[in-house]
Amino acid sequence: MIKLNNIHKSYEMGNNSLHVLKGIDLEIEQGDFVSIMGSSGSGKSTLLNILGMLDNYDKGTYHLSGNLIQNMSEKKSAKLRNEMVGFVFQSFNLISFKNAMENVALPLYYKGIPRKKRNLIAMEYLEKMGLKEWANHMPNEMSGGQKQRVAIARALISEPKIILADEPTGALDSATSYEVMEILKDVNASGITVIIVTHEHDIAALTNQIIRLKDGLIHEIIRNGELKEFKKNLIRGLEIA
Amino acid sequence: MFDIDKWQEIFATIKKNKMRTFLTGFSVAWGIFMLMILLGSGNGLSNGVSSNFMNDAVNAMWIWTGETTIPYQGMKSGRAIQFHNEDQDIVRKVSGVGVSSGRYFMGNTRYSFKKESGEYTTITCQPELIQVENIVLNEGRFINQIDLEQKRKVVVIGTDIKTALFKDTIAIGQYVDINKVPFKVIGVCSEPGSTRNRNAYMPLSTAQMIFNGANKLHNLAVTINAQTLEESKVIEEQVRNVLGRKHKFDPKDEGAIGLYNKLENYIQTMRIFQAIKIFIWIIGIGTLIAGIVGVSNIMLIVVKERTKEIGIRKAIGASPSSVISLILLESIMITTIAGYIGLVLGTGLMEMINYFMVQSAGTAVASEQDGGSIFLNPTVDINIAIYSTLLLIVAGAIAGYIPAKRAASIKPIVALRDE
Repeated sequence: MIKLNNIHKSYEMGNNSLHVLKGIDLEIEQGDFVSIMGSSGSGKSTLLNILGMLDNYDKGTYHLSGNLIQNMSEKKSAKLRNEMVGFVFQSFNLISFKNAMENVALPLYYKGIPRKKRNLIAMEYLEKMGLKEWANHMPNEMSGGQKQRVAIARALISEPKIILADEPTGALDSATSYEVMEILKDVNASGITVIIVTHEHDIAALTNQIIRLKDGLIHEIIRNGELKEFKKNLIRGLEIA
Repeated sequence: MFDIDKWQEIFATIKKNKMRTFLTGFSVAWGIFMLMILLGSGNGLSNGVSSNFMNDAVNAMWIWTGETTIPYQGMKSGRAIQFHNEDQDIVRKVSGVGVSSGRYFMGNTRYSFKKESGEYTTITCQPELIQVENIVLNEGRFINQIDLEQKRKVVVIGTDIKTALFKDTIAIGQYVDINKVPFKVIGVCSEPGSTRNRNAYMPLSTAQMIFNGANKLHNLAVTINAQTLEESKVIEEQVRNVLGRKHKFDPKDEGAIGLYNKLENYIQTMRIFQAIKIFIWIIGIGTLIAGIVGVSNIMLIVVKERTKEIGIRKAIGASPSSVISLILLESIMITTIAGYIGLVLGTGLMEMINYFMVQSAGTAVASEQDGGSIFLNPTVDINIAIYSTLLLIVAGAIAGYIPAKRAASIKPIVALRDE
């Protein structure tokens, strides 16, 4: 599904360049529920942006369901994003002058689906998120959790293969965070690959696989079986604290 | 291009961003509105003045006699020059001279009808005078060739004379005594743009015969076929030359004969108006540039403000071209509608001023106090109006296109980071 081979990425900051990713090799299967962790500056958001074709990389290869993603035109990558990927952001990134339904329906506009039909589909997704009554509300009239659920509905409406979530719970309180994670778990259960970036251990612990980044390299990958160990350690850590 | 869904998207955006839409639209509408008013006023001023000139033929020239001021061929200065009927033939033969009418002055003449009488100016003339001076016949006819040949005792009187002598009765066909000689009234005339209509016109030949004129002429009114100032100067010089040869005076002698060339005056005044027009255009173009800068500024801000939205749209699958066309179509639509509103308001205001001016001019004519308006028909050529609106629309589109293109081509993640 996702295959990264020796991915490098650096940012030009005036005269000096900041080497963020220093050779990432990674494979993610269809249907995985993955969290990317790491301290700030470890390159986790950059990695997610490259996965979502929001940013390009300098060196290496990236295959997304068999397609090499490299030096693509903006037009082509926009089309691929529309077909393959759904985004969930920490700051929700809803369009402020559109109501919930219109925000959810927007990806379908770029798919060329007529207004009436896409609004109908958007209502379906809002209903799934339990936000049917909020369809005509503007983003600034909703709580953070509601906004994030609208954003998830928008990410899901184009029926993507992957959901990429950058700190989806970063702006939410813990109760709402767990709600959102519950939703993402359901999304994953329907067969969609979900990749989240987070720095909260308890959020990461809800996923099936944790990729730890350290200084632009993969430090460790904790898989399903070992995850129990990780959880135990986490609980122990919490108890000590 | 025409995609209902896209337009719905644009309308939805406009509806949700009323302030932005209003500001963009207002700057365009205001620019066009001011341009229309400026150009309209300029046109009105220029039209008004040129219409004042139209009272007489623009190419009219008057020639009158004087005294020599330069000794010539052994004769002293101070010699009076007298025109005769032959002089008219001489002037008529000068190339470039069109129609002409000789005139013999009679000074004040007493007109009387029954118990009413008054002193008025009698102008003796030939039928061609009506082509040189602007005389409008309200009733009857003007002097014709047969009147002249048969030396008929006929007269065309001004409206003031008619009201004074005849009151409300019909004047045409009546006999009026002019210096105790009965003349038949054949027409009533007025001079548009003049406050007094106290002139009467009678055939030159009749006047010369009855009032002791022999074959003397006092002045000649001619039209000249000249397009430029230089051409009219050449005709003037030729007239001086032929008359100088006949009457033996120095052609350079300004005192021997007097010449008034209306075209010269007209062309000079028109030059002044040309200058005023250019000035108004400069101001107008300045206004337009201010409008363009305003629209460009707003477009820059609009795109900047929408950078994050562009990022979101791109993240969920909008292609760069769809983003650009969304922003551009929106700006073109706003500027077009606003430009049209400005156009309608501007031309509407000028037409309204025009309407009230025509009305007040109408009442002025009725009270016979129309001294000629300096402001006439202050409207703008519709092509100029449309072109300037198009210019603003194109400028707005270009001003929106450049930042929109930049915003659409940067990586979505950069656009998303924009706060």
